[in-house]
Amino acid sequence: MSLMAQGAIRPAAEDQAEQARARRLLQRRSAIRFFEVIIWIAAVVAIFLLPSKMLILTEIAILALFAVSLDLVLGFAGIVSLGHTAFFGVGAYAAGLFARHVVAEPVIGLIVAGAVAGVLGFATSFLILRGSDLTRLMTTLGIALMLAEIANQMAWLTGGADGLSGFSLDPIVGLFPFDLWGRNGYVYCLAVLFISTMIARRIAFSPFGLSLKAIKSNPTRAALVGIPARRRLIITYTIAAIMAGFAGALLTQTTSFVSPDVLAFHRSADVLLILVIGGTGYLYGGIFGAVGFTLLKDWLSVVTPQYWMFWIGLLLVVLVLVGRERLAHWIEYMPQRLSRLREGGR
Amino acid sequence: MLNRRSFMCAAAVVLGCLMALPAQAQEAVKIGLILPMTGPFASTGRQVEAGVRAYMALHGDEVAGKKVELVLRDDAGTADQTRRIAQELVVNDGVSMLMGFGLTPLAMAVAPVLNQAKIPAIITSATTSAIMPQSEYYVRTSMGGPQSALPVATWAVENDLKRVVTLVTDYGPGHDIEKGFVDQFKKEGGEIVESVRVPLQNPDFAPFLQRVRDAKPDAVFVFVPSGVGSLFMKQFVERGLADAGIKLIATGDVTDDDLLNGIGDAAKGLITGHFYSANHDSPENKAFVEQVRNANNNMRPNFMAVGGYDAMHLAYAALEKTGGDADGTKLIEAMKGMEWTSPRGPIMIDPETRDIVQDIYIREVKEVDGELYNVEFTKYEKIGDPNTAK
Repeated sequence: MSLMAQGAIRPAAEDQAEQARARRLLQRRSAIRFFEVIIWIAAVVAIFLLPSKMLILTEIAILALFAVSLDLVLGFAGIVSLGHTAFFGVGAYAAGLFARHVVAEPVIGLIVAGAVAGVLGFATSFLILRGSDLTRLMTTLGIALMLAEIANQMAWLTGGADGLSGFSLDPIVGLFPFDLWGRNGYVYCLAVLFISTMIARRIAFSPFGLSLKAIKSNPTRAALVGIPARRRLIITYTIAAIMAGFAGALLTQTTSFVSPDVLAFHRSADVLLILVIGGTGYLYGGIFGAVGFTLLKDWLSVVTPQYWMFWIGLLLVVLVLVGRERLAHWIEYMPQRLSRLREGGR
Repeated sequence: MLNRRSFMCAAAVVLGCLMALPAQAQEAVKIGLILPMTGPFASTGRQVEAGVRAYMALHGDEVAGKKVELVLRDDAGTADQTRRIAQELVVNDGVSMLMGFGLTPLAMAVAPVLNQAKIPAIITSATTSAIMPQSEYYVRTSMGGPQSALPVATWAVENDLKRVVTLVTDYGPGHDIEKGFVDQFKKEGGEIVESVRVPLQNPDFAPFLQRVRDAKPDAVFVFVPSGVGSLFMKQFVERGLADAGIKLIATGDVTDDDLLNGIGDAAKGLITGHFYSANHDSPENKAFVEQVRNANNNMRPNFMAVGGYDAMHLAYAALEKTGGDADGTKLIEAMKGMEWTSPRGPIMIDPETRDIVQDIYIREVKEVDGELYNVEFTKYEKIGDPNTAK
């Protein structure tokens, strides 16, 4: 109240200076950073340099998109979710059913799957508005478990425990078929990941995103300065659900198969794990985490098919003990770090 | 930064491999084995791998002048992993055959890869009937649909068990088995009192067993996945169904050789129907069991292991027939109609359905040399999958 009163009396010049400062702050926050450029260049270069790794890269892209969507919810809106795979799974089934019964063109299927997941996200967002973190944890987990059981029981629609199969997808926009090498599939997934990440980035580093961070750190205070917390959380949750739906749809379209496993608890856990590895609250944590997690898993499971879980567990413990923050900061601030070290500071 | 250099290194390695491939391909035939080696179905993977390796240990790794190379990969029982691994094995490793697949969705997920790459996949474990029509390149050495249940139905009627309740796990193979048993049982003149389905996740059999008890049938026919067999037996005894005069008949999954000793005396006298018992009396089986036991810390092979063993035999025999030609379509043609004597007894690959045709044995759990075994006492010959048979 007093703030507004001050603003009214304050001279126009001072007001403008404040606004300019705010704009500068926002610009600095949203400035494109060095490591972002590297990531996207590396992802594109991989198409030409790593033709034999297209499939695992596709998996990484899908997982990264899924993790980025969870980061919007967790890292910005501060909602802890153990059931994010509900949207992933619904997107996957929606894309599969759409391809089987309506149109087999992937891009339309992708949009439809996103829309279906978005509707579900919107509907369930009202449930997560209530209660504390623990309640949310249980609510989200419960929703995912319910959906998993529905998918298992409605065998006439979803194929039940056997999974949904027997559909194949047309070429992407009628031009690029999904080949055995998975190259077109990768380019397609990468494009969707890029566009979605850019949209998420735009949202996260806008005043809207800042207001989310305010809600995350202190909801009561945020409400007092006039941020409509409920509405913002609903919007964010819905957008994240749409993105998770996209990720699910991409999985369906690149494998032309949906197993009931897309709704399984371990997917929600994996994606949280990825954010733990990569870090939350700056979007790229999901991408770093997905790259790290998948490569590690793949490498270890080739080296030792029986015992790779042990090594992954060990590495996770070490990672958490050493501190992921430190690792992430090395990547982000490598140049500064180095120069600071040279000066002998800290 | 770091990324770029490692990408260059990786690219160099990949290029190197690509150039080395054609030279190598002339002598080696690669077989990709995809199994759940971790997660809840790890025991399946362990058994199948033991069977496959037992075959290679007994018959060498050379066939028709080619060296057979096995590439083992773990899919942790997740279908999209199975699919990706299959595709990678085909594209990057250049495998000529795929093998394994612990569960129905895992097998289903690779159908598009097989159809595109035109290479055979030998299913060692998954049993649902619905798999086979998905691709012309599937062959199966485990069991097809309700194959093991049909003879149990016939045997039950022949032995005066006329009123039966069925109890199966609520998933694809369970539905197949229930349908197969019920159809056959009615055809033989029996009466199905009730059909009960138990959830796949966290099964608690107590309430279902109570329902069975209340229905007062002559016998209850049971199918549960092999892992939960011991849990089922425990609750069956606790609920006092045996005391109420209700006989238990089942498919061999309940008395899985790998777990039978763990179930203990409760299993004694249990009548089951299945395609393999480690107790099967034949020289082929003696050599097989001995090899698996020696190589795997005295582990007793079960029906999964014999599925792996026969898958490898099928691969060897097909390569022999094509004279070492590893072309997928030629291999699958060679496999059709193949007949041989497996450790389980005589078996054949149906040339029409590419599914297995085998003898189903009726066995009783007995103590042999201080261990529990399924002792075969009668058999029904040349049983196929009634769902896929044309």
